Amino acid sequence: MSKGIIGKKLGMTQIFNEQGQIVPVTVIQAGPCVIVQRKTSAKDGYEAVQIGFVDPNGGKRASKAEKGHCEKLGVAPVRVLREIKVDASDAAKPGDSVLASAFEAKTKVNVTGISKGKGFAGVIKRHHFAGGRATHGSMFHRAPGSIGQSSYPSRVFPGMRMAGHMGDAQVTVRNLEIAKVDAENNLLLIKGAVPGPKGGYIVIKQEA
Amino acid sequence: MSHIIDQLEASLLRSDLPRITPGDTVKVHVKVKEGEKERIQLFQGIVIGIKGGGMRTSFTVRKVASGVGVERIFPLNSPTIDKLEVVRHGKVRRAKLYFLREKLGKAGRLKERRTENGE
Repeated sequence: MSKGIIGKKLGMTQIFNEQGQIVPVTVIQAGPCVIVQRKTSAKDGYEAVQIGFVDPNGGKRASKAEKGHCEKLGVAPVRVLREIKVDASDAAKPGDSVLASAFEAKTKVNVTGISKGKGFAGVIKRHHFAGGRATHGSMFHRAPGSIGQSSYPSRVFPGMRMAGHMGDAQVTVRNLEIAKVDAENNLLLIKGAVPGPKGGYIVIKQEA
Repeated sequence: MSHIIDQLEASLLRSDLPRITPGDTVKVHVKVKEGEKERIQLFQGIVIGIKGGGMRTSFTVRKVASGVGVERIFPLNSPTIDKLEVVRHGKVRRAKLYFLREKLGKAGRLKERRTENGE
């Protein structure tokens, strides 16, 4: 079974490991989360659990539909809902709590989040183009250069790397190590950076 | 939101170490792991700079070992520091004593700063 949890990114800091080395970590408020719904192939066409991040404000900002969904299934109001695929044999039922203590230190996880939006970005920032010389008569600075030839192919190939909107997209970072689990405060300390801004919601998944 | 991180960092701070200032001559007892065994290594020198704050504080210790200047940077709150002793307070007028790198021999000495409580 793969296990997952919804977390809120609080920010980054550093801790010491057993060897006394400094480890950069992202602090994640992982829950408390709750299983809201168990989707089955018989009823929904696929196997998944719907996990909710329990709202610390008691569903103050939830819509009527969201509130009704939680009430119907008899769980506490949630702030964020996410689905995680599971096997058909998974015994999770609505109301089960999902806590940070489900994870262990030193294990690897995949973290999915929405990256920080960078707006309309040029090719240097977006695709790491080298750009041209700044001075000495150079008239080519940050432009993309040629995007194709005239007689053949006489068109721009699909997928040509160009300027455009960057960031604010779903990003998954795989094989991040859990540095520490604070079960008491429901915190996960994950080594390295995770996608998104502080306060952004992320999904932490562990493959069995 | 970030007060959780503040608490986390505060829990990692070490309160058992003496306060050090630039110009102090210190003895740093460093835990060194050699395979299974752990032993204590001594590094004595002058603190030529303290960087960062809170949990991120680190300090640079400089000594001259057989004519060669050696500098070592320690994270102040590192668990690898077994003990930290202040041998002598140096009288200095700046926070970073990088000028000591150019001073050789006797010119690299610092006058001692005496405090009223004889510390």
